[in-house]
Amino acid sequence: MISFHEVVKKNEGAILSAWIEEMVKGVRRADLMTDTELKQQARELLGLFAKAAESSSEAESEAFLQTREFLREIAKSRMDQGFTPTETARFVLSLKQPIFHALRDALKGNPSDLVNEVWASGNLLDRLALFTVDSAVEFRDQVIGRQQEEMLELSTPVVKLWDGVLALPLIGTLDSARTQVVMESLLSAIVETNSQIAIIDITGVPTVDTLVAQHLIKTITAARLMGADCFLSGIRPAIAQTIVHLGIDLVDVQTKAKLSDAFAMALSRMGKVVVARKPAAGMALGSKAKDN
Amino acid sequence: MASRSEVHPIAGAADVVKVRQVARSWALELKLSLVDQTKLVTAASELARNTLDHGHGGTMRVEQVENGLRRGIKLTFEDKGPGIPDIAMALRDGYTTSGGLGLGLSGSRRLVNEFDIKSEVGRGTIVAITRWK
Amino acid sequence: MERIPILKLGDFLLVTIQVDMHDQLAITLQDDLTTQIAKHASRGVLIDISSLEIVDSFIGRMLANIAAMSKVLDAQTVLTGMQPAVAITLVELGMSLSGIKTALNVERGMEILRQFSDQSYELQDANGFQE
Ligand SMILES: Nc1ncnc2c1ncn2[C@@H]1O[C@H](COP(=O)(O)OP(=O)(O)OP(=O)(O)O)[C@@H](O)[C@H]1O
Ligand SMILES: [Mg+2]
Repeated sequence: MISFHEVVKKNEGAILSAWIEEMVKGVRRADLMTDTELKQQARELLGLFAKAAESSSEAESEAFLQTREFLREIAKSRMDQGFTPTETARFVLSLKQPIFHALRDALKGNPSDLVNEVWASGNLLDRLALFTVDSAVEFRDQVIGRQQEEMLELSTPVVKLWDGVLALPLIGTLDSARTQVVMESLLSAIVETNSQIAIIDITGVPTVDTLVAQHLIKTITAARLMGADCFLSGIRPAIAQTIVHLGIDLVDVQTKAKLSDAFAMALSRMGKVVVARKPAAGMALGSKAKDN
Repeated sequence: MASRSEVHPIAGAADVVKVRQVARSWALELKLSLVDQTKLVTAASELARNTLDHGHGGTMRVEQVENGLRRGIKLTFEDKGPGIPDIAMALRDGYTTSGGLGLGLSGSRRLVNEFDIKSEVGRGTIVAITRWK
Repeated sequence: MERIPILKLGDFLLVTIQVDMHDQLAITLQDDLTTQIAKHASRGVLIDISSLEIVDSFIGRMLANIAAMSKVLDAQTVLTGMQPAVAITLVELGMSLSGIKTALNVERGMEILRQFSDQSYELQDANGFQE
C-alpha cells in the first residue's frame, strides 16, 4: 500500500508548481505580497510538510512541530501584511488540490486506498489550516490588546505640579477598567517622583457611579498606605449629589471644589506660601518715565 | 498544548512561604501584571494558612488553565479537616472562629476572578481560585 | 533562631523587613520590638517594607499590633516604602491599617518621627516651665 507521504515526496516538484500556479490564479493578493515571497514560503512549507508526514499524520504531533512553527511565522507576517485570517488559511488549504491530484494519479487502480489517503492528507491539512487561523487570530488579539493599553495610557496623564505634588486630571467617562489603569499609574508615579501629595481632579468627568467612586476611594486609601496624601478636586454639584445619594462615604477624603484650591492646600501642607511680589524699583521708574 | 500542574503539601508554616513562592513563579511565567501577581500570591497565602490552621494541613494544586483565548492560573487548596458548617457565614468580612481578622476567605475572594468553595463538615474543605491574565 | 535585626538610632528603632517572613518570624519580630521599645524607652519605631512583595492579613495584623503596642508604650510607629501593588492588594483584601502613620521612604519616615518626638518634648518643656 502506498501512503500519501510517499506520493508527496515522489512528486514534490510537480505538486509545488501546481500549488503555486493555483495560488497565483486565486488566493494570492498581489497587492500585499510578491510572487517571490509566496513561492519561497510555499517551497519551505511543502518541504517541512513532506518531511514531517513521513513519521506522522497527526498535525499536533512532535513531528509537525517545525511545520507548526513555520505556520505561526506565516500567520504573523500575514497579519502584519494585512491579510485576513481566512486568506491566511487558504494558503494552507490550497495545497489540498495538487496533493489530491497526485494521489489520484498514483493510486489509480486502488479506489479504497485512494479514499483513505485523500481523507488522511485532507484531514491533516485541515488541522494545519485551523492551527494557522488560530495563530493569526492570536496575533491580531495581541495587537488589539497592545493598542488598548496604549490608548489607556495616553488618556491618563499624571502631571507634576510642584516638587512633591502630582495631579491627575481625569477627563471623560470613567469605566471600571480605565479607573483601575489610571489609579495604578498614579500610584507608580507617586513612587517614581517621590511625591507626598497627589491631586485627583474630576472636573472633566461627567458622572461617577458607585463602582468608580469605590475605585477612587480605594486608590486614595492605597496612596495613604504608601505614605502619600490624595486630594480630590473638581467635584461638580451633580456628582456631589450622586455621591451622597449612593451613600458613598467620603469623610476620610480631602475634597476641594477646584484644582487650584487643592494645589494651594498641597503647598500649605508642605509649608510653602505664595506671596505677591513687591513692585520692583525698575517698574516704578518705568511708570515715572511714562508720566513725563 | 498539554497543561501542566503541580501539587504541593501544606503541612507546616514553611509550606505557606513555599506556596507563596510557587504562586509567584507561575504568575511570573504567565506574565501576569505586577498587581495581579501580588493579588494572586496574597490570596494563596491566606488560603494556605487556612488549610494549615483550620484544615489541619492539606495540599495546593497549581495549574495553568485556558478559557478560549484567556489564560490563567488556578490554585486549589484541599484539606481533610473539620470542614465549614456555614459557608455563607465564613465568607463574611470579619467572621472568624480563631480570633483572626476574618479577612482570609472574604478578602482572597475579592483578589481573584473566580472563587469556588466546597466544604463538608467532618470531611474537609476545597477552595479553588483562578486569576485570569 | 532566625530573627529580624532591630537597629537602634538614638531615640528611635529601625527595622527593615527584607525577607518573605513566615508567621513565627513575624510574631518574634513583634515581641522583640515591644521588648526593645520598653528597654530603651524609644520614642519612635520605623518599619521599612520597601522590599516586601506582599503583605497578607497576618503581616498586616502584626504591623497593626506593633503600632498599637508602641502607642501604649508612648512611641510613634511609622511604616515606610509600601509598594503600590502591595498597597492596592491590601486595600482590596480589606485592610486599610488606618491606625498606622506612613511615609514614602525612610528619610520622610525619620522626619515624621523627629517631628513627633520634638512636639512631645516641647510639651514637656512647657510643663516644666510652669512648675
Ligand atoms: N480550610 C478550612 N477548614 C475549616 N474551616 C475553615 C477553613 N478555612 C476557613 N475556615 C473557617 O472560616 C473562618 C473564616 O476564615 P478566614 O480566613 O476568613 O478568617 P480567619 O482565618 O479566622 O482569620 P484571618 O484569615 O483573617 O487571619 C475561619 O475562622 C474558620 O472557622
Ligand atoms: Mg484565614
